[in-house]
Amino acid sequence: MSLTDTGAAERVADNPPPDAGRPRRGLTERLLAVRELSLLIALAALVLVTTLRNDRFLSGQSIKDLLLGCAILVILAVGQTLVIVTRNVDLSVGSILGLVAFATGELFLAAPGTPWPVALLVGVALGALCGVVNGGLIAVARVPALVITLGTLYAFRGVDYYWAAGRQINAADMPRSFLRLGNQTVLGVPVLFLVALVVVAVAGYYLRSYRSGRELYAIGSEPAAARLSGIPVGRRVFAVFVANGALAGLAGVLYAARFGTLDAAAGSGLELQVVAAAVVGGVAIFGGSGSAYGAALGAVLLTTIGSSLAVLRIDPFWQQAVVGALILAAIGLDRLLALRVAARLRGRSAHGA
Amino acid sequence: MAHDSLYAAPPSGADTERPAGRLAGLRGALGTWDTAIVAALVVAVLLAGLSVQNFATGRNAQFLLLDLVPLALLALPMTLIVVTGEIDLSVASVVGLTSTLMGQLWLSSGLSLELICVLVVLIGAVLGAVNGVFITGFGLPSLAVTIGTLALYRGLSFVVLGDQAVADFPASWTAAVVRTIPGTSIPVAVVPVLLLALVFGVVLHATPVGRALYAMGNNDEAATFAGVSVARTKFWLFVVSGAVGGLVGIFWTLRYASARGDNATGLELTVVTAVLLGGVSIFGGRGGLLGVVAGVLLLGVLRNALQLADVDANALTIVTGSLLIVSVVLPNAAADLRARLHRRRRRAHLSAS
Repeated sequence: MSLTDTGAAERVADNPPPDAGRPRRGLTERLLAVRELSLLIALAALVLVTTLRNDRFLSGQSIKDLLLGCAILVILAVGQTLVIVTRNVDLSVGSILGLVAFATGELFLAAPGTPWPVALLVGVALGALCGVVNGGLIAVARVPALVITLGTLYAFRGVDYYWAAGRQINAADMPRSFLRLGNQTVLGVPVLFLVALVVVAVAGYYLRSYRSGRELYAIGSEPAAARLSGIPVGRRVFAVFVANGALAGLAGVLYAARFGTLDAAAGSGLELQVVAAAVVGGVAIFGGSGSAYGAALGAVLLTTIGSSLAVLRIDPFWQQAVVGALILAAIGLDRLLALRVAARLRGRSAHGA
Repeated sequence: MAHDSLYAAPPSGADTERPAGRLAGLRGALGTWDTAIVAALVVAVLLAGLSVQNFATGRNAQFLLLDLVPLALLALPMTLIVVTGEIDLSVASVVGLTSTLMGQLWLSSGLSLELICVLVVLIGAVLGAVNGVFITGFGLPSLAVTIGTLALYRGLSFVVLGDQAVADFPASWTAAVVRTIPGTSIPVAVVPVLLLALVFGVVLHATPVGRALYAMGNNDEAATFAGVSVARTKFWLFVVSGAVGGLVGIFWTLRYASARGDNATGLELTVVTAVLLGGVSIFGGRGGLLGVVAGVLLLGVLRNALQLADVDANALTIVTGSLLIVSVVLPNAAADLRARLHRRRRRAHLSAS
């Protein structure tokens, strides 16, 4: 409740100057800021409560584990944000991750001497290729992304299973330098998390400040209007799916580096967690609003809930239920805020007339 | 030029409005889609019967049909929900939760199994009603809500039983579920499925309620103005979906003689696949129950036949995925071709005037 109060207070402060030129933009930004703020508050409260119960929760090792644990989900959530903002969704990310992770292992098996940057590039390229398949099918078939990516969720996973044929790839099959990538830290921060941070920063900056980034929001708000105002909707949506595929590929390589042991089931069911992270992070499921920062925070929050439940000695079986409740709370909160804004905008336009 | 790019741009997300010519074309394609899917089913059965050993045996038919009961039952309410333009991704989690509740009640309550079954269906209906309240009461998107309850209900089902399983159901009950109609190899369980399919079919295709569902799927607002109580109807659809989920929970528990938290995990995507394969549009407003039943059967026959032909069960997901993609790409491509000339003419006419 205090979270919505914060929003209300901010908006009251915003109320006096009814600047006709740009009130909507300021308002939207303010709302986004509120969402990220409320996520940070929730995260801080969670960490605080957990730490009060067990002070080892804030120890260096525990924080390191936490950052390591959320890095992959953060990368996927940021990619998913790009897609959802355009009023699409990509359910195939878990399968892409699994496929790329297995391919990375296979690459090292086939050519043990491969330097890890090459493996990284190959993984990202393979992910992007999967994205091309998604984007291409959506563009050619003119059907909703939900259906196509539901199909490729199965197809990519099936290819993965077919390729793996029950085999498993172990850490011993991969070079040390590559596996170190998954555990190494720089100044106490895991490399994986730094990669995720870079992804968040780049995507966040792009969405906020680039013309094509803003156009993604326009497409998500109203595809028909975006088309009429000269935005190349088809190209943008295609590019978004390729970018998301590439990010899922990146996540797949990092997954291989982190876990070492790979079979064809890697990343199964991850897609719903990714969508959940984005939704909790304030990315509206029907497009047009949300930020990469929010989605990343959502991913961090979901991961932190998992670890703190363990520390709080709450039955780990509760974790998924809490995640579900959180999604419902997040979209409920969004709805409430949207209703208030709508009411206020109505009031304002009536005043203006 | 501008019109050309307009044409080339694919629809993104829930793009519902379409030119009348296209709609007519799609409707034409749809009539043939039902026929096409039934034909594909017949061809698949014949091919499998001729070329796959042990496919055309009574025993195999029994298992094939038994395996399809949950999918077929869940696909019935899902069809109606998708026709109204909504979706329910929580169905498999409802199955899981009702299954564990049934196990827990049997284990500790001392109630008779008959009473427990009634309770479980009622609980399923309540779970569906929770979806309905969030979606119609608070006006939230069903995709986001049911992703939330997917996690919530699955989480709760782990809370109920943890990683334990309840397996000591009376043998008379577990045997009754898999029993066949005397003299045939058709399971008794198929009879209620057919009866329910008949009820859902009649409701959808021969009552004002069914007409209202299509009207909602095509345009919520127009349906409201036409006197359809959109919110109330959708609410009850989700309640029915939950109740059917409870029914499947009972069947699943008795069929495998095991109540576990992970029962039916991931089944929601197969259900959606079957419904879309059956020719129901994810945008709502189009599709029929006959196609869906044929779609369910086609999915089951293909998977069963390939499994008998020693294809790895997991790799079979390629088939599921490709079928789904082909099923949405083909009719749209056909409709596109058909509508192309007409639309060009229309557009030339419009730009001339």
